[in-house]
Amino acid sequence: MTASSVRSSNRIQKFSLARADQLLPLIGVLALFGVWWLIAISGFVNPVLLPTPIATLGTLITGMLTGTMLPDFIATVLRTFSAFFMAAAVGVPIGVALGSSEKLYRSFEFLIDFFRSTPASALIPMFILFFGVSDFSKVVIAAFSAFLLIVFNSAYGVINAKQSRILAAKVMGANRWRVFKDVLLLESLPQTFIGLRSGISISLVIVIVAEMFIGTEQGLGKRIIDAQQVLNVKDMYASILITGILGYFLNMLFLLVEKRFIHWSGK
Amino acid sequence: MTRDAVLTPTIAPPEHFISVQGLCKSFAGQPLYEDFNLDLPNNQLVSVFGPNGCGKSTLINMISGLIPIDRGEIRIHGKPIRRAKIGYVFQNYRDSMFPWMSAYDNIAYPLRVKGMPEPECRDRVERLISTFNIRLDLKRYPYSFSGGQQQLVSILRALVADPEVLFLDEPFSALDFETTLFVRDKLQEIFMATGIPMLMVVHNLEEAVFLADTVLLLSKRPTHLVEAVPFQVPRPRTPDTLTSPEFIETSRHCLEIFRQEMRK
Ligand SMILES: Nc1ncnc2c1ncn2[C@@H]1O[C@H](COP(=O)(O)OP(=O)(O)OP(=O)(O)O)[C@@H](O)[C@H]1O
Ligand SMILES: [Mg+2]
Repeated sequence: MTASSVRSSNRIQKFSLARADQLLPLIGVLALFGVWWLIAISGFVNPVLLPTPIATLGTLITGMLTGTMLPDFIATVLRTFSAFFMAAAVGVPIGVALGSSEKLYRSFEFLIDFFRSTPASALIPMFILFFGVSDFSKVVIAAFSAFLLIVFNSAYGVINAKQSRILAAKVMGANRWRVFKDVLLLESLPQTFIGLRSGISISLVIVIVAEMFIGTEQGLGKRIIDAQQVLNVKDMYASILITGILGYFLNMLFLLVEKRFIHWSGK
Repeated sequence: MTRDAVLTPTIAPPEHFISVQGLCKSFAGQPLYEDFNLDLPNNQLVSVFGPNGCGKSTLINMISGLIPIDRGEIRIHGKPIRRAKIGYVFQNYRDSMFPWMSAYDNIAYPLRVKGMPEPECRDRVERLISTFNIRLDLKRYPYSFSGGQQQLVSILRALVADPEVLFLDEPFSALDFETTLFVRDKLQEIFMATGIPMLMVVHNLEEAVFLADTVLLLSKRPTHLVEAVPFQVPRPRTPDTLTSPEFIETSRHCLEIFRQEMRK
């Protein structure tokens, strides 16, 4: 074998290895489905409580394509995004404002930390008192939780802006407003995006909980509870699975946007 | 004689590009500078050398107006700092460039801040680039350049608004040996072409002497000026300068003074 053919066969090997590496995440998934399937058919667990993964996936697909799951899915997605956009529209400006003044931030730091540490689900009854059992009520409570995360992260991003860039802008003659808009705001963006990503996740969590707790016409939370009540376990597992998939893809979506938008992050 | 001219505190006649009178500065009650005086003759490239933590950065930051002084007076070309046009090159280009802007937008930033119309900005940047024969794709983001190229971009950014003084805080310390040579040569070229007086902190004695007209040797805290050593070899200075008797003698002299100071 000549040197160059050795090199090229090496390259082919490396290439197929890289391809194989990309498939690694599937192994965990297959393992989980395998264990699930074994338990389901072994008879250890009452088949009424645990359908096989294939049956569950079948329910998921038919539910999404033909059945009633799609409207529930859409309702939950809409609530999650409404909550998220409300939170972001209010949270980012407030966070940036808090972060630009140390005194202002310190005045509200405790409050934000306190509410961040309070489980949002504990506040649901209070929100019901104020907003009733309406759709708006579910969105507002999810928005509130997302808002806290977004405010905190945006403020944090501004506070931790590189001092040297602020100095650089000042020495080039930038006034306070320009420093704010050209440096502080952009410096805080990577951290703000972390807040937004956590915000959409918590929105989904709270929307699901609120749908279960407050009740609704449509929504995946309601669907899971209902399926459980009538022991329609296939539908329950399928609904749980679809919320997981939704959460995962929301996170991926935000990561992708972040990567496109904040090209300088970590450089 | 030149040495004496530098040391003698006079009342800022226009032949000094920087004049510092009775400067005092302390941090947390610990004095760093006490009644510090400095006059730097016009049109010179002056480097500052001294032990770690003696206050070199603090000195040029005070003179450039980046940090406040406790007492004293600083004048640039006879004017108070706020009325002087200054350029500043930071030690760490990575933390002082704006990574969200292209290299071009970084360089044009000082002009935009001053509200200059866009066509004029473009003219100015292009003229600067062609003057120094810089071949970089300025549409790229700063982090996509090598360290030396990034530091060069940040020097251009400091020059674009026609400063009357250029301050540089350890401009080579984040660069490797090869890029240091490259940026150093460009800096010399810029100095020869523009004649903008420069005050530069350098942490390497050889670098300090090589480019300078005057080397300021600072003492340990509380900091005072030990000596202002002139180095008057004509430019351009080349690798041959490093082996010239004048260079060797001046470096040796500086090193000796530095050693004496460290023993104190
Ligand atoms: N903001 C500050 N607060 C307290 N002390 C400070 C501050 N800035 C500088 N100092 C102190 O003043 C002294 C001089 O600092 P400076 O950074 O000017 O030194 P330097 O000569 O540039 O050092 P180096 O060689 O490490 O760059 C140091 O002892 C430092 O600890
Ligand atoms: Mg320093």
